Amino acid sequence: MILVIVLVLIVVGSVIFSFTSPWWFTPLASNWGAIDTTLIITFVITGIVFTAVVLFMAYAIFRYRHKEGSRADYEPENKKLEIWLTVLTSIGIIAMLAPGLIVWDQFITVPKEAKVVEVLGKQWTWAFRFPGKDGKLGTVDTRLINDENPWGLIPGDPNGQDDLLVDDSELHLPIGKPYKLLLRSTDVLHDFYVPQFRAKMDLVPGLVTYFWFTPTKIGEFEILCAELCGVAHSEMRGLVVIDEEPAFQEWLNEHPTFAQETALIEAQVSEVPNQ
Amino acid sequence: MTDTVTGTTISPTDHEDHGPTTFLTKYIWSQDHKVIAIQYAITAISVGMVALALSWLMRLQLGFPDTFDFIDPAGYYQYVTMHGMIMVIYLLTAIFLGGFGNYLIPLMIGARDMVFPYLNMLSYWFYLVSVLVLMSSFFVTGGPTGAGWTLYPPQSILPGTPGYEWGIILMLVSLVIFIVAFTMGGLNYVTTILQARAKGMTLMRMPLSVWGIFVATIMGLLAFPALFVGGVMMMFDRLLGTSFFMPAIIAQGEALQYNGGSPLLFQHLFWFFGHPEVYIVALPAFGIVSDLISIHARKNIFGYRMMVWAIVGIGALSFVVWAHHMYVSGMNPYFGFFFAVTTLIIAVPTAIKVYNWVLTLWRGDIHLTLPMLYSIAFILTFVVGGLTGLFLGNVVIDVPLSDTYFVVAHFHMVMGIAPILVVFGAIYHWYPKITGRLLNVQMGHIHFWVTFIGTYLMYFPMHYLGFVGVPRRYFAYEDAVFIPESAQTLNAFITVIALIIGAVQLLFIFNLIWSCFKGKEAGPNPWNATSLEWQTAETPPGHGNWGPTDPVVYRWAYDYSVPGVEEDFIPQNVPHAKGETHQGRDDDTEGV
Repeated sequence: MILVIVLVLIVVGSVIFSFTSPWWFTPLASNWGAIDTTLIITFVITGIVFTAVVLFMAYAIFRYRHKEGSRADYEPENKKLEIWLTVLTSIGIIAMLAPGLIVWDQFITVPKEAKVVEVLGKQWTWAFRFPGKDGKLGTVDTRLINDENPWGLIPGDPNGQDDLLVDDSELHLPIGKPYKLLLRSTDVLHDFYVPQFRAKMDLVPGLVTYFWFTPTKIGEFEILCAELCGVAHSEMRGLVVIDEEPAFQEWLNEHPTFAQETALIEAQVSEVPNQ
Repeated sequence: MTDTVTGTTISPTDHEDHGPTTFLTKYIWSQDHKVIAIQYAITAISVGMVALALSWLMRLQLGFPDTFDFIDPAGYYQYVTMHGMIMVIYLLTAIFLGGFGNYLIPLMIGARDMVFPYLNMLSYWFYLVSVLVLMSSFFVTGGPTGAGWTLYPPQSILPGTPGYEWGIILMLVSLVIFIVAFTMGGLNYVTTILQARAKGMTLMRMPLSVWGIFVATIMGLLAFPALFVGGVMMMFDRLLGTSFFMPAIIAQGEALQYNGGSPLLFQHLFWFFGHPEVYIVALPAFGIVSDLISIHARKNIFGYRMMVWAIVGIGALSFVVWAHHMYVSGMNPYFGFFFAVTTLIIAVPTAIKVYNWVLTLWRGDIHLTLPMLYSIAFILTFVVGGLTGLFLGNVVIDVPLSDTYFVVAHFHMVMGIAPILVVFGAIYHWYPKITGRLLNVQMGHIHFWVTFIGTYLMYFPMHYLGFVGVPRRYFAYEDAVFIPESAQTLNAFITVIALIIGAVQLLFIFNLIWSCFKGKEAGPNPWNATSLEWQTAETPPGHGNWGPTDPVVYRWAYDYSVPGVEEDFIPQNVPHAKGETHQGRDDDTEGV
C-alpha cells in the first residue's frame, strides 16, 4: 500500500516539478527554436508514457496485491494486445523521430550566404580567425604552429594574408547573419558550447568540424568547453558578444591581419642584432 | 564412463570423487561454479564500494565547492574516471556475468557445473588481477587516470590530464586483463548453455535470466575485442610513439612527434564496445527482473516468446547504434540520420519488455517481498532512463543536451540505478539458495526505501540541470552567469542525498554478513519458485548440484497458478499431470 502511494506521489511530484521548478532552458538566442520544439514534442510524449505506465503499474499493484486466498490468472500470451502495443509504440517513436530528422537536416545544411569564422581551441583558451576581404580563410598546418604563428598559417598562401586574428577568448558576431563556425583544435578534444544558442560541436585535432547558426539577440553569452580536455577543463571559458553590424565591424577592424602580424614580428626580429 | 561433469552419463559415485576436500581447493582455488560466482560477487562488491566512496568525494566537491581543500581538480577528474569505469566494468559487468551468470547458468539449466571448470577458475583469477592492477594505479606517480571513463585520446595520454604518466597505462593493462578474463568466462557460459542443458530443457523453456545472460555474453564476446584493440593501440601510442589516434599536436606550446592519426577512430572503437556494453549490463538485468516479477506475482511472465525475441533483437540492434554517443563528435554529420533511426527502433523491443513486465503484474497475486519491491523500483527507474534515452538518441535533441547533466542523469538512471536495483532484488531473491538463510527483512526495507526514493530524488531533478545547460565533468561552476544560483542549492541537496544512500549501502553489506550467520533458515524453496535451482537436493547445493540423479525438465519455468492444479506453482522437473490446462501455451505440452 505504501508502495502504491509512493508511486502515485512520484508521478504527481514529477509532473508538478516539471512545471514549477526554476530549472529550465536559458532564453533562446539563436535561430534554433526548431530544436527546442522537437525537444518539447519528445518531452510531452515521454511524459505521457511515463505517467501512464507508472500509474497503471500502481493500479495493478493496488488491485492485485496478495490477499488471503487470491490467485493469479494464467495468461501466457495475448497476441492481439501485444500487436496493438507494438503499433502504438511505433507511432509514438515516429512522431518523435520524424521532426527530429527534419531539424537535423536543417542543422547540417549550411545556408549558402553563411559567413565563416574559425574557432581555435587549445588547452585552455579560445582564439578566433576571420577571413579578410577575400572572404577566404588561409590554409593552415598544425605543424607550423609556433609563438610567431599561433594559427599555423602557411606563409605563402595568399588567402591567409588578410585573415584577421583574434587572439582572445572574446568573439564578436553581428546579429541576424548566419555564421558557419569552423572548429579546430591544436591539442586535445574540446567542444564549443553556448547554451543559449542550443548548438554545440566537438573540436577535434586533425579535423575541421563545423556547425552553423544565426544569432538573434544582442548581448553577451558564455562559451563553455563541453568536452573533457584536461585538468582545467572547467576553466576553459570564453564570451560571444552579439553586436549590431557597425559595432561588429569596428571591433573586427581592431584586429591585425596575418600579414601585419608577420611584418611586426619580422621588424622585431631584425631589431634584435642592433641591440 | 565419461570424465565430464556435464553429461548425464556420469556416475554419482565417480562424481563424489571429484569433490574438493581441502579448504584451499574448496574455497580458494575452486573450480565449482557456485564458489567462483561468490568470489566474483564479493570482489565486484568490494571494488564497487571503492567506486561508491569516490562518488562521495565527487559529490562533496559539486555540492560544496571551495569547502574541501583535499579535493583539487586533478583529484576530482580521477574520482570521476575511476568511479565510472569501476561501476560499469568491474562491478556491473562482473557481477551480472561472473557473479549471477556463474551461479545461475548451471543451476537453472540443470547442469552439474560449467563445461570448463578450470577455465572458469582462471577467469576469476584474471579478473582479480585486473582489479588489483586497476587499484594499484592509486599508488603510482601521478595517480590514476583522470581522462574520463571514455579515455578519449589525445588528452588521455598527454600532460594536462592527471595520470597520463602511469595511471592510463595501468588502466589499459587492467582492461586488457579484464577482457581476457571475460573471454574465458564468456566462452564457458555460452558453451554451457548450448551443450549442458538437462534433458527436456529446450532453449524456449529456459528462464529469462538465462536468456538475458546468454545473449549478453555473446554480445560481450563480440564487443570487448573492439575495446581490446583500442586499448592496445592507445598503449602503443603512449609507449612506442605510434600515431593510431594521434594527429599532429602542439600540446601547451610544444610540438609532439605524432602525426596523421585519428582521435575519432578511438571513439568508434570505444563505442562499438561501449554501446553493446550498456546492454551487456541491461540484458541480464532484464532477464533476472522478468523472473523476479513472475515468481513474486505468482503469474507466468507475460509474452515469454516475445520477451525472448526482444532480448535477441535488442542484442542485435545494439551493435548498430554506437555512434549515437558521437552526434557532436565531429564525425560525418550524415551518420546522424542512420544512427538516430536505429537508436529509436531499439526503443520498440525495449518498450515491449516494459509492457510485459507491467502486464505480468496485472491479474497477478502480487507478494510485495523485497525482490518484488526492487523489481517495481527497477521498472520505474528504467522507464525514466529509457524515455530520456529517446531525447538523446534523437540526434538533433542531443545537440543541446549532450555533455550536460541531462546525460549524467540519463545514464545513471538507465544503466546505473536500474541494473543495481535488479542486483539488489536478485541478491535478496537468491541469497537463501546461496547461504540457506534469508536476508533480514527489516534491514532490507530500510535499504530499499532509502535507495529507491533517494536515487529518484537525486537523478530526477538532475535532468533539469541538463535543460539549463550545466555541462558535466566540471570541477566548479562559480563564475558561470547562465546557471542560476538555485542550481547550487540543488547540487548541495543531491550531495546530501547521495551520502545518505551511500551510508545505507553499508547497512546492506552488514545485512549480507549478519544474515549469513543469524538469518532465518530458508529451506530449499522459500519463494515457491518453479525453476530448477530451487529444486536441488541440498541447500546450498552441494558439489555437482543435483545429488545422484540429473534433473529432467518437463515444462517451462513459468507454470504459476496453472488452472486445475491446487498448488500455485509447478516446478520444471515435475511431469505433466491430468487436469492441468495450459491455455495459450500449447507448444509446451508434449513433454520430453
